[in-house]
Amino acid sequence: MVLEVKNIKKSFQGNIVLSDISFGLDSGEVMAVVGPSGAGKTTLLRCINALETSDGGSIKVDDKYLYREEKGKMIYADKKEMKDIRKKLGMVFQNFNLFPHKTVLENIIESPVNVYGVSKEEAIAEAGKLLQMLELTEKAEAYPHQMSGGQRQRAAIARACALRPSIMCFDEPTSALDPELTEGIAAIIEKLAGQGMSILVITHDMGFAKRIADRIIFMEGGQIVHSGTKDEFFEGSDNERVKRFIQS
Amino acid sequence: MLSYILNLLPSMLEGLKMTISVFILTLALSLPFGILIALGRLSGNKLISSIFQLYIWVMRGTPLMLQLVFIFFGLPVVGITFDRFDSALLAFVLNYGAYMGEIFRAGIQSIEKGQYEAAKVLGFGPTKAFIRIILPQVIKRVIPPITNEVISLVKDTSLVYIVGLGELLRAGKIASNRDASLVPLAVAAGFYLILTALMTEGFKRYEKKYAYFE
Ligand SMILES: Nc1ncnc2c1ncn2[C@@H]1O[C@H](COP(=O)(O)OP(=O)(O)OP(=O)(O)O)[C@@H](O)[C@H]1O
Ligand SMILES: [Mg+2]
Repeated sequence: MVLEVKNIKKSFQGNIVLSDISFGLDSGEVMAVVGPSGAGKTTLLRCINALETSDGGSIKVDDKYLYREEKGKMIYADKKEMKDIRKKLGMVFQNFNLFPHKTVLENIIESPVNVYGVSKEEAIAEAGKLLQMLELTEKAEAYPHQMSGGQRQRAAIARACALRPSIMCFDEPTSALDPELTEGIAAIIEKLAGQGMSILVITHDMGFAKRIADRIIFMEGGQIVHSGTKDEFFEGSDNERVKRFIQS
Repeated sequence: MLSYILNLLPSMLEGLKMTISVFILTLALSLPFGILIALGRLSGNKLISSIFQLYIWVMRGTPLMLQLVFIFFGLPVVGITFDRFDSALLAFVLNYGAYMGEIFRAGIQSIEKGQYEAAKVLGFGPTKAFIRIILPQVIKRVIPPITNEVISLVKDTSLVYIVGLGELLRAGKIASNRDASLVPLAVAAGFYLILTALMTEGFKRYEKKYAYFE
């Protein structure tokens, strides 16, 4: 298991947003997280990336704990471990958060070169491969504001891939895309998974989930209501709530 | 007339030299100091943040003239003395640092939370994220308000006459009194206008340098 999420709890000002979330992600597996608005999907992804502190539970990436609960206290990885874990955990934000003052290429090599000590030549060579895979080669020297939304998204994916993470998280990657671009993202995710990357993707798009996911988690009210393979979810589920959600 | 102006020039240029020294040193020191003040003001530590808030309030809420008088004439009373120029510079840097600090604070706060988060998930620590990711974007946004402060600073340098420094306006005033003529004041005004025009133009160019991103 590359990612182990155990008993994650989170509330904001007494309002419980995640009540007790546990699941695991295997190597090369694509997991879709679906559920109605406000279910806590984004919060879950943010807790997994330690952008939000959790009130309880643990996150384990490969064999290292990002944080864990011990006798009611949260224990976070120290600085060095955190840096190692961050390298394995990629994140593509819903609004990309590219660095506006850097070109696509600079966005991609920024962390490898300046945080992880990769040589500039090596980072540029690696970035070249990613740009090629994402069909962005001609945009290497462009600034984010000079690109379309779809291109920006692929640049954000390239940047997140630059450290060769073992897990990639996406928050609603198709929310702003037309069907053609959605298919493009599906193909990219398939390719990444084919290279052994595990993917955790939040989506509202059932067709997209059906297209890419191996397993699906259905969340509602801060809980996992259903979890299973794609086929179980779309065909076999006897959960009334899931059935209604798929039909709606 | 022209020969009168030429006669004036040596003493006026002496004054201009002082004006420019105070101006450049204040600018060079108050910008980095302002960043520190902004960071202190935005500190998560309540105590540190309130200390800086108090500092900004005092510095912006009292006249620069009073601060000058306090440092040069007041502090010696309790045994702390600086020479004229150091007193003037200290007062100016402390005062302008507070204004620059507020500008940087607003600039830093205007950067989207997502930029910090993107840096974080890419492994950046807070210091590196600030220097490499946040600060360049802040600088772009603060250039226009800082240009305004710089223009004020050019004119405020005339206050240093209070501690007996011979700057541009003082040189003009002395000549004006001596010769019962308005010309020296007009010459001084000309120099101020040239300085502010140069600064405005310089910062405009600097702003253009940052136009490559949005
Ligand atoms: N920083 C915050 N402070 C307070 N409440 C928050 C915060 N972030 C999220 N919430 C609340 O947590 C709940 C879950 O939000 P979350 O964004 O995780 O939902 P979601 O499943 O991603 O929804 P959507 O599909 O609309 O994106 C919501 O009720 C939201 O208002
Ligand atoms: Mg969401």
